[in-house]
Parts: sequence; structure tokens; C-alpha cells
Amino acid sequence: MLAGMKTTTEISIAKEMDAAESLAQLRAGFVANLVVAASVAAYGSVLGLIAAKKGLSWFELLVMNLSVFAGSAQFVMVDMWLPPLPIAEITLAVLVINMRYLLIGASLEPLFRGKSFRQKVLFMHLVADENWAMTMARFRRKEWTTIWFLLGGGLCVQSAWCAGTMAGHRLGTVISNPEQFGLDFAFVAVFTALVFSFWRGRQDLLPWLLTAVLAFIAEKLIPGKWYILVGGVGGALLTAFLPTIEATKQAEEGGKDV
Amino acid sequence: MSEQVMVYTVIGAAALITYALRLGGLLLAGRLPKTGKFRRFMDALPGTILLSLIVPAAIAAGFWGWVATAATALCSLRTGNVFASMVIGVAIVAVSRYFGA
Repeated sequence: MLAGMKTTTEISIAKEMDAAESLAQLRAGFVANLVVAASVAAYGSVLGLIAAKKGLSWFELLVMNLSVFAGSAQFVMVDMWLPPLPIAEITLAVLVINMRYLLIGASLEPLFRGKSFRQKVLFMHLVADENWAMTMARFRRKEWTTIWFLLGGGLCVQSAWCAGTMAGHRLGTVISNPEQFGLDFAFVAVFTALVFSFWRGRQDLLPWLLTAVLAFIAEKLIPGKWYILVGGVGGALLTAFLPTIEATKQAEEGGKDV
Repeated sequence: MSEQVMVYTVIGAAALITYALRLGGLLLAGRLPKTGKFRRFMDALPGTILLSLIVPAAIAAGFWGWVATAATALCSLRTGNVFASMVIGVAIVAVSRYFGA
């Protein structure tokens, strides 16, 4: 009987330690993402400005922030926001832009190993580029990292995203002529800055050139926003069919295994 | 469909798709190809999609727009700071308009 009691105490102590440890990870994740959250809030304010100009209410924008929670995709949605809303085009654009989350999700598999299905369902929503990158960087350094660290970062980024977009929206209803401050150019600027963070080196040159040409021609010929898909998918297909750097090297070295 | 219903349908669809991709990636981790053509296609997609998105608007932005785009791209390539790069681009356009260029 005594032994039985001991085990229950042990279990409850273990549970408490578990909770404390989770909380510590949650806090560490939140703090680690504070710096990047500042820049998230800053470009979120640009989204808020544009959204206000396009006639989205602050509440609609907030619902979008909390439910979609994906910066690039939300910029594209708001850019395409012209009533009557083109549901099919917007949905397809979001699908293609967010396709990378499939890979991001897959890369988190080692972190979620042994976790319950319920935890996977609950924790995956707050995965953004920023807190994912922070978590993976720490995980690869072999520092103790759990899914709570990921969630803490997600909460930090989500808070910054909401705060930034809401502030921008408020500002957008005040500023009557955003063109004067070059804010209509903010959209191009945001994506130019973002796109070059995806630049991987010389192997991207040809596909990116093809993308630009296809996008330019398609925008002239096809109404709506389909040019985004035409250019993006065309360029990515070229990448898939071009010989890779490793394959070329192997071929040059005589290629026993090719 | 009323306009309000339309708004929340679009947001709902986008949210559902994004969440499905997040969770789907985790659950299907073992089955996604790690190499090969499909993988290279997927890896290239974020960059080419974003590029495709801005090309027509950047070309239509006029001379100072091109200067601003180039400055933004260069800053992003060199520093990796998305926000600072964006501010530089917007500032160039704002200043050029202030002087009536």
C-alpha cells in the first residue's frame, strides 16, 4: 500500500515537473522570437494600411490574421480584394503560395515524434516561417527543444502580427492619400525584399528569368491574377527539369553512378 | 451570396487550405519525396511565385519604381533584413514623388 502511494506521488511530481518544463520552453520560445516579431509587426502594419484602403474592416482583417496566419498569402489575398471577390482565384493563389507549409510541416516531424494526434492538431496552426526557423535552428544545435518552444514562438509572432496589422489599419483610415508617401509601392517593396530571401544562388537564375518573362506576358494576355500561377509554376518546373549542380558534377567526374 | 458571406467564405477557404497544408505536411512527412524532380519543384515554388507576383507591378512602376525595386532587392540580398529593405524602396518612391519626379 505504501509503495502504491509512493508511485502516485512520484507520478504527480513528474507531472508537475513536466508542466514547469513546458512553461519554461513556452517562455523561451516567446522570448527567442521577440526580435523577428518586431519586423513582423512592421510589415504587418503595411498589410493593415493596404487592407484599410481596399475596404476590409478591422474585424475582417483580425479574423484573417487569426485563422489564416500566413504573411505572404495574406498580402496576396488583400491585393486581390476587389468585389465581387474572386473566390477561386484567391483560394488557388493561397494554395500555391502556402505549398511550402507542406515541407515546413514535414520538417517538424522529428520534433513531434511520440506526440499525440491531438497535440499535433493543436500545435500546428501556429507554425509560421519565423518561429519555425527559430525552432529548427535551436533543434539542430542539439539544444533541448520541445513543441512548447515552437508554440511560444507562434504566440509571439501571432501577437506581433495582429498588433502590427491593427495599427496599420487604424493608420490607413487616417491617411487619405497614401500615394504621397509611396505606400502604394509598399506592396512591390515587401515582396521584392521577401523574394530575395528565397534566392539560393546561381541555379535560380534561369528559372527566375523564365518566371519574370512568363509573368509579364501572362499578365498582358490573361485577365485576373492567373499570371501569378503561370509565372511561378513555369519557373519552378524549369528548376525541376534542369540538371542539378550535384548531377552535373557527377557527370563531369565520369559519373559512375549516373 | 451576400457580400459579408462572401468575405468570410474567402477567409475560411484560405484558412482551411493553409491549416491543411501545415498539418498535412507533418502527418505525411514520411511519404513526401526527399529528392527528385517533384521535390525540386516544391523547393523552388515559394521564390518563383513571389517573383511572379511582383514582376508586372514592378515593371509598371516607372523609372523611380525600378530604382526603388533594385535598391530593395540589393539590400535584401546583402543584409537579409526584409523590413529595412522595404523601407528603403518605399522611401525612394516617396522622395521622388515629393520632388515631383
